[in-house]
Amino acid sequence: MSRRISITILEGMNDKQKKSLARILLTALLLIALQFVPATGMGQMALYLVPYLLIAYDILGKAVRGIRNGQVFDENFLMAVASIGAFLLAVYDQSGDCLEAVAVVLFYQVGELFESYAVGRSRRNISELMDIRPDYANIERGGELVRIAPDEVEIGSVIVVQPGEKIPLDGIVLEGSSMLNSVALTGESQPREVTAGQEVISGCINMTGVLHIKTTKEFEESTVSKILSLVEEASSHKSKSEAFIAKFARVYTPLVCYSALALAILPPLINRFALGMAMEWHVWIYRALLFLVISCPCALVISVPLSFFAGIGGASREGILIKGSNYLETLAKVKYVVFDKTGTLTHGVFAVSDVHHNTLERERLLEYAALAECASSHPISRSLQEAYGSKIDRSRVSEIQEISGHGIMARVDGSQVAVGNEKLMAKQGISAIPCRSGGTIIHVAIDGSYAGHIVIADVIKVQSAEAVAELRSAGVRKLVMLTGDGSQAAQQVAEKLRLDEVHSELLPSDKVAQVERLLAEKPEQEKLAFVGDGINDAPVLTRADVGIAMGAMGSDAAIEAADVVLMDDNPRQVAKAVRLARRCMGIVYQNIALALGIKFICLALGAVGIANMWLAIFADVGVLVIAVLNAIRALQVQNV
Amino acid sequence: MKKTYKIEVDCANCANLMEQAAKNTAGVADAVVNFMTLKMKVEFAEGTEPQLVMAEVLKACRKVEPECEIYY
Repeated sequence: MSRRISITILEGMNDKQKKSLARILLTALLLIALQFVPATGMGQMALYLVPYLLIAYDILGKAVRGIRNGQVFDENFLMAVASIGAFLLAVYDQSGDCLEAVAVVLFYQVGELFESYAVGRSRRNISELMDIRPDYANIERGGELVRIAPDEVEIGSVIVVQPGEKIPLDGIVLEGSSMLNSVALTGESQPREVTAGQEVISGCINMTGVLHIKTTKEFEESTVSKILSLVEEASSHKSKSEAFIAKFARVYTPLVCYSALALAILPPLINRFALGMAMEWHVWIYRALLFLVISCPCALVISVPLSFFAGIGGASREGILIKGSNYLETLAKVKYVVFDKTGTLTHGVFAVSDVHHNTLERERLLEYAALAECASSHPISRSLQEAYGSKIDRSRVSEIQEISGHGIMARVDGSQVAVGNEKLMAKQGISAIPCRSGGTIIHVAIDGSYAGHIVIADVIKVQSAEAVAELRSAGVRKLVMLTGDGSQAAQQVAEKLRLDEVHSELLPSDKVAQVERLLAEKPEQEKLAFVGDGINDAPVLTRADVGIAMGAMGSDAAIEAADVVLMDDNPRQVAKAVRLARRCMGIVYQNIALALGIKFICLALGAVGIANMWLAIFADVGVLVIAVLNAIRALQVQNV
Repeated sequence: MKKTYKIEVDCANCANLMEQAAKNTAGVADAVVNFMTLKMKVEFAEGTEPQLVMAEVLKACRKVEPECEIYY
């Protein structure tokens, strides 16, 4: 078992890392062997030089080159000075025991190896996550399937996708039906059925049947290319924390070097001239060397970007694409969420939401209405037919008469059916019962008597209520809905979902004005997110602190304008995005606090003489290892 | 003009130093080094020849990190 693990670890290493591992092991063996060699004094020291040079030659070389190039204060310099200093102290003490000098470099190399291994691993992990790039497209030529590169396929070509293959380009299914797995794109593990006439997006995996697809976009414009370039660009937008760390590292290393120098020189001089005591040079030089070892900035410099990288990578596995670490940082501070209504909290399609005052069964009423409307292709008719659900038998319907602006009269199963608005009812001399619900009201009368009305409205998504609750428990203070729809429908949605504010009948420019008002009202540190489906709300997406586009597969404008793109149209993903961002920022702050905290404590202990070289090595390498492991946690996103 | 190059570098701090060095090279308007994806994004100043500028960028980066590589 352990052997298998060690083999997998070895396989995951590149040549450079293997070489470094070999040097570390050999040095460790030599050091152990030296403990049993009875040499003392200069002889022992000469023996220690062998493992030292073996493990430190590259560091010494880099330090010299750094000084020559005017880049004095880097970690190579720190390590070179610390280890050489430890050697010289051993000479000065005439002990010849140079174990600490070699150990400092040995563990430093262990840390470096670990760092590069961990970074390489998470790099590979994330590229596996984003393994949606199609390698080829099948095209039929002369009755045979030919594989060509996806970017050579022209718009309007017909490609063939076999079971198990990735759909390489966006298009419309011409022929065939199949189940599609879009888990790599949206995080949604439930396969989706597609048949002829439906649009499909690239990056999905075709699971069961052969599909013939007519492409509607070139490869560069296809969803999969858009997503890949978005993720690749992501970490070039650096967050404030990263900028802080980079700046900090630039100031910090020289600062520590000068403090070490001061620690080596000043106390002995003070001892001698102010207090009249012995100078104790070697004590203070030893403490100064500890300073140099402790202060190595690696842990900080690597763990913060690694946390962001892992966080963004993990989120993209869940179908949440964050365009940069700066947006992740802002997302974590979101206290105000502004929703667009249509397509975000609601489906944006009309459907029968209710049946009121019906004198016969709900199903029967819907059946009559659907049959009467069977000849019409109006969206309302279509939603009635959908609500009815069964196949429509047109032979039951006769004498269809469409009265424009009013509705439809028809004979169904021998009964005279009137389906339409209040005006139609009035015209027939039937008193209709008015409805208080927002939406479109369809009254139905059968054989001259009122039979009830059907409410057709934009339907709230089932996950919307959960999304609102989850956002509140994630600490979001205010939820606002903006919509271009009428106030009655808007109020109803807002009440059902218990939103804090609702503004209706807005033009796109009014939405911008509303968001600007909210931005002006809130404190600076509390951020505002706008969630929209990307249709007509690009200006608002840009104006908000974070613009979140939802269900953006296919909508180019949204992918361009938004800072966070949700591949799914499930509003709960908004809450998940906020939670993931909070968690990732938590890890970033933990790492900063941990690295700085332990280092400052050890520096203080070192200055007063409590710490020894082993503690210093822990403060350097141990903290690095802990910080890197902590950073990698950000990749695990399933249960957040 | 903006271009992205693949790079090879070992440590995060070295990547920061490379970014700094690239930014200070003549002909470079702005540069971002992404250690995690090993990419360098360079925005060139008006009227410069990217190939020539990149040779200088590599030289400057080698000074701060001798073992780095830029594939341009």
